[in-house]
Amino acid sequence: MTEAHRPYTLVAELTYACPLHCVYCSNPVDLARHAATLDTASWLRVLREAEGLGVVQVNLTGGEPLLRQDLEEIVEEAHRLDLYTNLITSGIPLERERLARLRALGLSNVQVSIQDSRPAGSDRIAGTEAFHRKLAVARWVKELGFPLTLNTVLHRENLDHVEEVVALAEELHADRLELANTQYLGWALANRRALIPARAQIEKARSIAAAARTRLEGRMEVLFVVPDYYAEFPPSCMDGWGRRFLVVSPDGLLLPCLLAHTLPDLTFANVREGPLADLWNDSPGMNAFRGESWMPDPCRTCDKRTVDFGGCRCQAYHLTGNAAATDPACTLSPHHGLVEGAREEAVAPGAHLVPFRYRWPRA
Amino acid sequence: MIPATGKPSLAPKARLRFDRISGGYMLLYPERGLALNGTAASILKLCDGDRTVEGIVGELHREYLDRTDDDVRHEVSEFLEDLLKRGLLRVLG
Repeated sequence: MTEAHRPYTLVAELTYACPLHCVYCSNPVDLARHAATLDTASWLRVLREAEGLGVVQVNLTGGEPLLRQDLEEIVEEAHRLDLYTNLITSGIPLERERLARLRALGLSNVQVSIQDSRPAGSDRIAGTEAFHRKLAVARWVKELGFPLTLNTVLHRENLDHVEEVVALAEELHADRLELANTQYLGWALANRRALIPARAQIEKARSIAAAARTRLEGRMEVLFVVPDYYAEFPPSCMDGWGRRFLVVSPDGLLLPCLLAHTLPDLTFANVREGPLADLWNDSPGMNAFRGESWMPDPCRTCDKRTVDFGGCRCQAYHLTGNAAATDPACTLSPHHGLVEGAREEAVAPGAHLVPFRYRWPRA
Repeated sequence: MIPATGKPSLAPKARLRFDRISGGYMLLYPERGLALNGTAASILKLCDGDRTVEGIVGELHREYLDRTDDDVRHEVSEFLEDLLKRGLLRVLG
């Protein structure tokens, strides 16, 4: 392994199961295809071997990681390995006692999602009644001495509430606020027409976030992530394919990102098949888009190729049908019209009448 | 500006970790990490909430004898101010 491909973060997707049904969920839309989940011993081995590869942080996510009864064992092992451990949770289902137990076992940080600053809006996106419970959980997080990250995914229906979201984060004494615009992949792509905002909404929310960042400096970190669809150039998705993030799906696939297994013709190894280091270095899927030899024009001669690595492979595939195309979010992409067309959907007549397609299965 | 009598310590969300691969220290916090140079790591190891900024400067000066007291003081205060802005430091007293 070279420094160019040293993973720093393990994204451990402990399960795809979730009590929420968010319409922009980043899980694959064909959830049902993924069955046999990794057992406890396998996850503990993944943690150990990931640490050996250079990983220093682990994000315990899903789905809803709280649904795993062995979460305590996983947290304990991560702590023993001196990993910085983030629990990324909806807050449902969680009792204060279990959270206290996770604190005692060495969990480092808790990230709670809030779908909106307003209860009705939040519950509508989640497809279930959860808002007030989430606030209670966020308060327990701080009472127990954890740092709190509050995460709100932004879209057409809640972008105009960003000021309220900031106020809520302040009231909860969050240490970090992630205002993350929806990226149109997974369930969000299926619901794009119902979610995509107009440019003016983004710009207004961005300036509110910038003002909050300045005002709250040193107290709360405020992050505002622009949707790729409104960026001039795509961000470096996952810091580049197979470079810094090591993702393990609930069924054990070693992936460079959360959705890489939705790309056709790529073979990803399962962590059950061998040592993590071998799979990270040699699996054909992990090597498919490393380096620059795969890059098409205009990426291959672009001076941004070492910054954005050609953008998101999943976005390229799901919009153009070709995973090796330049990310259509890039203004230099020959397929950029696909993104421009989607932006027009946001201001088309009747745009507010598009129904949601909830993440299946819905309870 | 952090007073010379202030007692800095890491914020609850930040953690110092030795990195076997690089042989240096990293400062970890949610979703992020900073690779620290030798001086920065030396400073942070002294930020225990008991030592004052001036005390830290004195100890570092003994470690880095080739630098003037003012140089060390400047480097310490610049680094700590930066961490404070990032919400990674607490200062008592």
